[in-house]
Formats: sequence, structure tokens, C-alpha cells
Amino acid sequence: MTRAVFKNRWLPYLLVAPQLAVTVAFFFWPAFESLRLSFFKTSPFGDRSYFVGLENFEKLLVSPEYYASIVNSFIFAFGVTGLGVGAGLFVAALATQKIRGLVAYRTAVLWPYGIAPPIAGIIFLFVFHPSYGVLPYWLSFVTAYEFNWLLKGWVAMALVIIATAWTHVGYNIAFFLAGLLAIPASVLEAASVDGAGPVRRFAFVIFPLLSPITFYLVVVNLIFSFFGSFGVIHAVTQGGPGNATEIMVFKVYKDGFVGLNLGASAAQSVILMAIVIGLTALQFRFVEKKVTYS
Amino acid sequence: MSAPGVAGGRAAVAGEVAARLPVAAARRQGPVDWGTVVVHALLLACVAVIAFPLYYALVISTQTVDQVLERPPLLLPSVHAVDNYTQAWQRANMGRLLWNSAVVAVVSAVGKIVISMLSAFAVVYFRFRGRMVCFWMIFVTLMLPVEVRIMSTYEVIGALGWLDTYQGLTVPLMASATATFLFRQFYLTIPNELAEAAQLDGVGPMRFLWSFLVPLSWANIAALFVVLFIFGWNQYLWPLMITNSEAMRVVVIGLNDLIPRTGTHIPEWNVMMAAAMMALLPPVAVILFMQRWFVKGLVESEK
Repeated sequence: MTRAVFKNRWLPYLLVAPQLAVTVAFFFWPAFESLRLSFFKTSPFGDRSYFVGLENFEKLLVSPEYYASIVNSFIFAFGVTGLGVGAGLFVAALATQKIRGLVAYRTAVLWPYGIAPPIAGIIFLFVFHPSYGVLPYWLSFVTAYEFNWLLKGWVAMALVIIATAWTHVGYNIAFFLAGLLAIPASVLEAASVDGAGPVRRFAFVIFPLLSPITFYLVVVNLIFSFFGSFGVIHAVTQGGPGNATEIMVFKVYKDGFVGLNLGASAAQSVILMAIVIGLTALQFRFVEKKVTYS
Repeated sequence: MSAPGVAGGRAAVAGEVAARLPVAAARRQGPVDWGTVVVHALLLACVAVIAFPLYYALVISTQTVDQVLERPPLLLPSVHAVDNYTQAWQRANMGRLLWNSAVVAVVSAVGKIVISMLSAFAVVYFRFRGRMVCFWMIFVTLMLPVEVRIMSTYEVIGALGWLDTYQGLTVPLMASATATFLFRQFYLTIPNELAEAAQLDGVGPMRFLWSFLVPLSWANIAALFVVLFIFGWNQYLWPLMITNSEAMRVVVIGLNDLIPRTGTHIPEWNVMMAAAMMALLPPVAVILFMQRWFVKGLVESEK
């Protein structure tokens, strides 16, 4: 499209200057620094540093704790995504019956999105509390198993996953409902006329039409739970018990900010950058796919 | 953005839903449709499950410590809300925390919107050397969340002397690829004739931006503001790193001090929950009262 209308030699540069200044100062320069630091070893006081090549990466790749943090990140990210998108899809499947009050239901599930995951974590901390929480109390009628997140790593992991998914489920539902409203009524009618029941209608007509949205939501949820999950871990479990909930972004912070091991932290940053670039590339494939039903 | 406007919008959407559903409309005439009843029951169950944790927290925030510890747990509100909320307010220095969060949320949202509108305007309405380079530089910021560059960004802020300041809390959040793309997409939908006519009338670029594009963009601005406000309010890692005085802390981080850690503290979960309620109320209220804008912002900023 040709759209060049205004002619001015310096104005466009002035207009993009604020955005680019922030971008360069707080995104490019630090990213470049992380990349540089990942090849250096710095003393804890930051007064000396020397080039070590790939040593920081090599050390990470033989460190069992680092592997554990990768595994934890994947469990966390896929747990949040599975739970959040699954619940969203479940509600969407119900809503395809085309019932009244969809928008009211959307309102009723959307508000947790406003709650910061760390605050959600604190609320679930109490819900799961081994001595006072309501959930262990109810579960004690069913089983003698002790759901103590302070002692059992998997319970702590379940806690942070559920808390995080809780804040995001409304987001997923809102997208599925927007997708449902975009499906032409004629398509659903045609399916009804052809004698498709609600289950078949969902499986063969609606779900395929929603699949680009599902794909998109999976990627967005993965990105969010990989990178937006620092707060809930920091506020609730601090990576514990043991290292059971130590995910990659928490370890970057802990090694760099608390442990002052800059080289190791920078190397982890570089690996995370590679992951986020991969996921974002996936996300943008969605832009092309999204046009399925238009 | 008044309440009636929002309600009207919702009614319009609901109407749209009904209009699309001749099947359901036909069914409604007949006897009770048990399928629909079951679906409503299941949906209500989902709503109840999602609402329960917040309800539970709210109930706890109205009880005394003794009531909190009672078994079986009391699931109905008590009458000690005023005590707990006052306690929480004083102990966490809540006034200051909420103010800081509001500053971060509002300033970073407005800043993002302003600089994104300017750069989108430049990219769409001018041809200049390096235009695509600018575009890609903005795009790449999507791939560099704070989490992957924390140590070095901290050093930049330190070098600028911005630790523990409002500019340190807000300015680095202001680069936004999604907001820039949203405005770019929107400007591209505006007919070319508008700009041509403006030029014929001798309207300069800044006047065109201010008198034409900004008024046309209000819906997008409102939608984006709601989403960005919530994003800013709920920031955690960034403020945690660059603030160390209590006076500059934001509310989401300030709550941590109130968590009764097992064994060492009196289990004052009632005060904790009262504080949590105050911290989560502003963003949740914004979603509820500006829902139409919020949903628009969510859906459109992802395009």
C-alpha cells in the first residue's frame, strides 16, 4: 500500500526517538551486556573480570541443579498451560450450546486476570495451608495422605501451578468466546440441519474452527508461564521445598542477584533468550493461521 | 467510559449473541430443555470454583485469628473486617504502597501509549531512511522480557542513578511492541483520503496527529490503557530489583512482609487477607467496570 503522505526530513526521527531510546537503553544494551558477560567470569565484587569462553555454559550443562530447573520450568509451564487452556476449552465446549447469558458468564470468570500471580499465590498458600487451609481439611476426609506443600515438592508445585492458572483462565475463556462469536451462525445451523448433536458439533465443526485460537493460547500461556512466573515463586515458595519449584527465571535471579555469580546468571539469560525467541516465532506463525474462518 | 455506556455495550453484545442463535431461540418456545439446564448448571459450577478462592480470602479477612484457626473452617463472614483492614493498612503502610502502585500503573500505561502512538505515526505516515530498521527494533523487544536481562538492566539503572526512583520504576516499562503494532494496524485502516485532504488544506503532520488521529483512536487508547494499567499494577520482578527503600515499594511486593511464615509468626492470616484484598481491588475493579474496553484491548493487542 502506498501511503507516504507527509514529507519531512527530521520529524519522523524525532517521533520514533523516545521509543528507540527506551528500547536501546533498557532492552538492546542489557541484552548485549548479558551476552558479553556470559563469556566472562566476574569476581563477586565486580572489580575484576576475565574472558572464559564457553566455560559458563559448560558448567551449566553439567550442573544437575540447572537440569532440575529446566525440568521444573517445563512442568510449571505445561501445567499452567494445560490447566488454563483446558479449562477454557471446557467452558467453550459448554458455551457452544448457544445459551443465553454468555457475556455474564464471561464477566464472572474474567476478573481473576486482574489479580497478580503473587497475590493469587498468597491466597492459595492459605487454601493449601497444612494446618489452617480448607483444602487439606477437606482432603483429610478422603485420604490420610498429607498434602503439606512445605514438605512435599509436588504439592508446592501444584500450588503455584493452580494459583497461576487461576489468574489466567478468564483470559483463555475470553479468547475462546470471542472466537465462538466469530463463527458464522450459518455454519452451526448447517451442522444442526445435518443432524449433528452437540458433541459432534463441537468435535467436528467448532473445535477445528477454534484450533488457531487454541494454538495461539497455548503459545501465549507458555510464554507467560515461562517468563511471567517469577513473582509467584518468589512470594510463595522461594523455589522450595528443596529445589522443587526452582524454575529457570527464579534461578537466574538467585544466582545473579543473591549469589552474585554474574557469569552463570548471564549464561542462563542467554539460554532463556533463545527460548523466548523460539516461542515468539511460534506465536507469530499464528498471525498467518488466524484467518481460517474469515 | 461511564457505567451506562459499558452496560449498553454488553447488552449490544448479548443481543448479537441472541441474534446469531435461531436454534436456541426456537428451543426456548418448547418445554424445559434439560440439556440447556445442565449446561447452565455446569457453567455455574465453573464460576463457583473460580470464585471460591477469592470468596474464601474475603471471608478470612473478616474473622479474628481464633476464628481463622477453627476446625472445621468457618466459611461465612464474621464482623471483624474493620479491625483487620485497619491493622493491615497501618502495618503495611498501605497508603504509600497503593500510591506507588498507582503511579507505576498510570505513568507506565500513559507513557507506553504516547510513545507508541508517536512511533506508529512515524512508521505509517512517513517514508524515511531506516524505517524498517526502526520497525524491527521495536518488534524485537517482544523477545527480551525483563527476566532474560535482569542483571544488566539493573546495572543500566544503577549507572543512570535511577535506583529507588519513579523514573526507574516506570521509564524502562514504556517500550511496547504490542502497543505500537496496535496503533500501526489501526492507522492503516484509516482511509488515505483523510490524510490527503488534510494536506490539501495545509494541515501539518503534528496537527493531523492531534486533531484527527488522536480523536479517532480513543477507543483503542481506552482499551490499551486498561490492559496496560493492570500489567503495570501487577509488576513484580522489576520493582523488586530496583527499589530497596520501603517508601518506594509497590503493593504487590509490600504484601510479602505480612505473610505469616509457619512456626515463627502469629498466624494472622486475617490481616494478610485484608491486605491482599486491598492490593487486588483496584485492578479487579478496573476489569469489572471497564470490561468492554478490557476485552477489546486484550483481543486487539494480540493481533
